[in-house]
Amino acid sequence: MGHLSYEDSKKLVYKGLVLLAVVTLIEVFFSLLGKGHVIGGLEDISWLGYLVGLILIVLSLYKAYYIIYEFMHMRYEVKGLALSVLLPTVLLVWALIAFFQEGTAWKQRRQQIEEKDKEKVEEVKKDDLQGFRYDAATIEFKG
Amino acid sequence: MATTDSVVEKQDLDNQGGSSWDGGEAPFKASYGKLMMWYFLLSDAFTFAGFLIAYGALRFSSPTWPVPDFVFSTAPFGVHHAPLIFVTIMSFLLIISSVTMVRAVQEGHRENKNGVVFWMLLTIIGGIGFLSCQAWEWTNLIATEHMTVNVNPFGTHVESGVYLDADGKETDEVFEAGDSYLIHKAGAGHGEDHGEGDHADHDYTQGDHAGYFVNSDNFLQRKYLVTDGPDAGEVKMQQFGPKAFGALFFFITGFHGFHVLSGVVFLIIIMVNAGSGLYMARKNGHEMVEKIGLYWHFVDLVWVFVFLVFYLL
Repeated sequence: MGHLSYEDSKKLVYKGLVLLAVVTLIEVFFSLLGKGHVIGGLEDISWLGYLVGLILIVLSLYKAYYIIYEFMHMRYEVKGLALSVLLPTVLLVWALIAFFQEGTAWKQRRQQIEEKDKEKVEEVKKDDLQGFRYDAATIEFKG
Repeated sequence: MATTDSVVEKQDLDNQGGSSWDGGEAPFKASYGKLMMWYFLLSDAFTFAGFLIAYGALRFSSPTWPVPDFVFSTAPFGVHHAPLIFVTIMSFLLIISSVTMVRAVQEGHRENKNGVVFWMLLTIIGGIGFLSCQAWEWTNLIATEHMTVNVNPFGTHVESGVYLDADGKETDEVFEAGDSYLIHKAGAGHGEDHGEGDHADHDYTQGDHAGYFVNSDNFLQRKYLVTDGPDAGEVKMQQFGPKAFGALFFFITGFHGFHVLSGVVFLIIIMVNAGSGLYMARKNGHEMVEKIGLYWHFVDLVWVFVFLVFYLL
């Protein structure tokens, strides 16, 4: 603060209001577009879904940047403060990659288990078995 | 000894010159209170990030996930099939209250007591408005649509098919893979009239029926005939959606709502203090308003991401 006159900073605030509102509306529009509400049938195009997701994430990050830098006045703080608050959040990138990969792995495991459950196993006659088969019932202990 | 002496001498020299360790200097040119508020918010951001990443991991691990514009498509006053409209209004409320908070901080810098109180009052009204909307949303989900922490009646079809009527005959209600459904309670209204005629005609005792199954919680799981894929020709019934959805939704939006609630409480306290002229007498002026402002913007910031992952994506 103190870098702008009172009138100027007042104007900036209302500019921020319009900007955030418009970005939010664009987000909702894209979200509905991706789900096929605006133009029917678009929800079946998978690459469009990913594109819309990417657009939504970028717009949200922009909103976050705007709130932190303008509304919370990070722009007017010393660089060291900004770095000490913002840099640790870079760790979250690791968490995102690690846990989303893990989530995908859980899904694959579940599918694998489902497929295994459906498998039909043919019964094999005892004489056809090759190698040693441990069968507790047939082993007698002597002596 | 000589070296020790020189070190001591050097320290003495530093002290005379006024070293950073002597105090009186603010690190990062920010006051203690503001700096600690920033670090608190950083730690809080990690808490929220932990929850949201858990949401992401569980969502990635599920074969299907409730589609937000199907789940969140109702609004008060009997509005249905209005995807994301109500939650957009909630977002606007938070954005507007964030803007009025910036105005309150600006008036604080000008030592304008009445301005601070006026804009903080508007901020509080915005916060209470948001909480009221969330209360309605939760009530609708719990009481009308019967979603709870461990029951998620919002399911998604994974194959195309056609629904059966109460007698087990095919109807003209067809659906495709990817279509969403909500499992209703047997015989109960669900806030929406399908025009299916009188529900009371049917037998809703728990157990298996020709066209549906009533489970032990009285949820009515409709049966359908699969029309494509390897199971074509089989009759199946609606299954519940991923269980984690309800718990994640109520826990994460609840945690955010609790932040809004405590924010409103602190805003009220600081507004009363500002109105009483307490901050006019303080050396650091209206810094308290700035600090609660930081917290309030953070609540808005978190909502940006809650809005993104629960409603938009």
